[in-house]
Amino acid sequence: MSKNIYLSLLIMALTIYAIRLLPFLFIRKPIRNRWFRSFLYYVPYVTLAVMTFPAILTATDHVAAGAAALIAGLIVAWITEDLFAVAISCCAVVFIVGLIL
Amino acid sequence: MNTEGKKKKVPHSAAGWFAYGLRNGIPICLGYFAVSFALGISARNAGMNAVQSFVMSLTMVASAGQFAAINLIAAGAGIFEMITTSVIVNLRYFLMSCSLTQKLDPKSSPLHRFLLAYCMTDEIFGLSVSVDGYLDPRYTYGITAVSVSGWCAGTVLGVLMGNILPSWASNALGVAMYGMFLAIIIPPAKTNHFIGGLVAVSMLASWLFSVIPGLKDISSGFRVIILTIVIAGIAAALRPREDGEEPVEGSLEEPLEKPVEELLEKPLEKPVEGSVEELIEESVEESIEGSGEKSAEKGGRS
Repeated sequence: MSKNIYLSLLIMALTIYAIRLLPFLFIRKPIRNRWFRSFLYYVPYVTLAVMTFPAILTATDHVAAGAAALIAGLIVAWITEDLFAVAISCCAVVFIVGLIL
Repeated sequence: MNTEGKKKKVPHSAAGWFAYGLRNGIPICLGYFAVSFALGISARNAGMNAVQSFVMSLTMVASAGQFAAINLIAAGAGIFEMITTSVIVNLRYFLMSCSLTQKLDPKSSPLHRFLLAYCMTDEIFGLSVSVDGYLDPRYTYGITAVSVSGWCAGTVLGVLMGNILPSWASNALGVAMYGMFLAIIIPPAKTNHFIGGLVAVSMLASWLFSVIPGLKDISSGFRVIILTIVIAGIAAALRPREDGEEPVEGSLEEPLEKPVEELLEKPLEKPVEGSVEELIEESVEESIEGSGEKSAEKGGRS
């Protein structure tokens, strides 16, 4: 059984690594196609926005705490632009809202 | 952390970039710890021990991917099913890797490509891609060293200790990663209103996908892929970019730049003859020219 688990892990880990590696192997030069280059430039913004909302609302036990963290994160990100400050603010807000509720 | 000040300080050495990565990796580490703790609990319920779970977290570093992996192992799935499910659940990393190739100095060592591929998670990618100019891979390695430590530690503790993390702690830690995402996508939106609109549209679409019957049955991994391709694709058609373009309202200069770029580059490509070495040299020169002054400033790294 445990040998099977390691074999399964190996297969899936290699699959996941291959997905991550292939673009690095095949895209070696700056991409000329203007649309594709622009597309890749916009990818992180869309991806991270899609992953943040509405998932942040259900990341904690209370929707209100998640919403408060979202608002705090937006404000602190707008003002400080500092990654660590934004992350810690969100955590702190969730903690405080948790104490109140 | 208080000494860092408000403005982004950019390191000037490889060691500096690594240290900067270690520091910026801390929020990811906290978020990963909370998520991987839950992952460890699932792994234990599926009959996996601490060593197996540790190996899994170290080799995969993929949240949804690992939850899928645990389910597949618990269900005794076959090889074909394991491979296809892994491909589908983790397909977004393919897009992220594509995107990050454009942040690499063409002159940097090929070894970095193999190492960076390992580092492509949502969060580490998000940080790496947000640096100005070319990415120094050591920055990504610094982030990864801290984050993956948290990821593996959380997994093992989850297996060993089960549900011991108090809910207030897991709640608080659970939003750290989202805060980080906001820190990446919001600041550029201040000066570039198109990106601001893009972020808003993306969030709205994501929310619609989570409430509309039918659409909400689509797994979150697929939702990310579909929305990314559609929205970023439309954005690229509406507002194509030039290299090093500053956020400028209106796009009067764009129609001029494209023909010039093509005129310059086409003649270079055609008269190619002779040895492979010459070919390679030429393509290197070309890519240096293509990426403009940035590469000249940051040259000399490998």
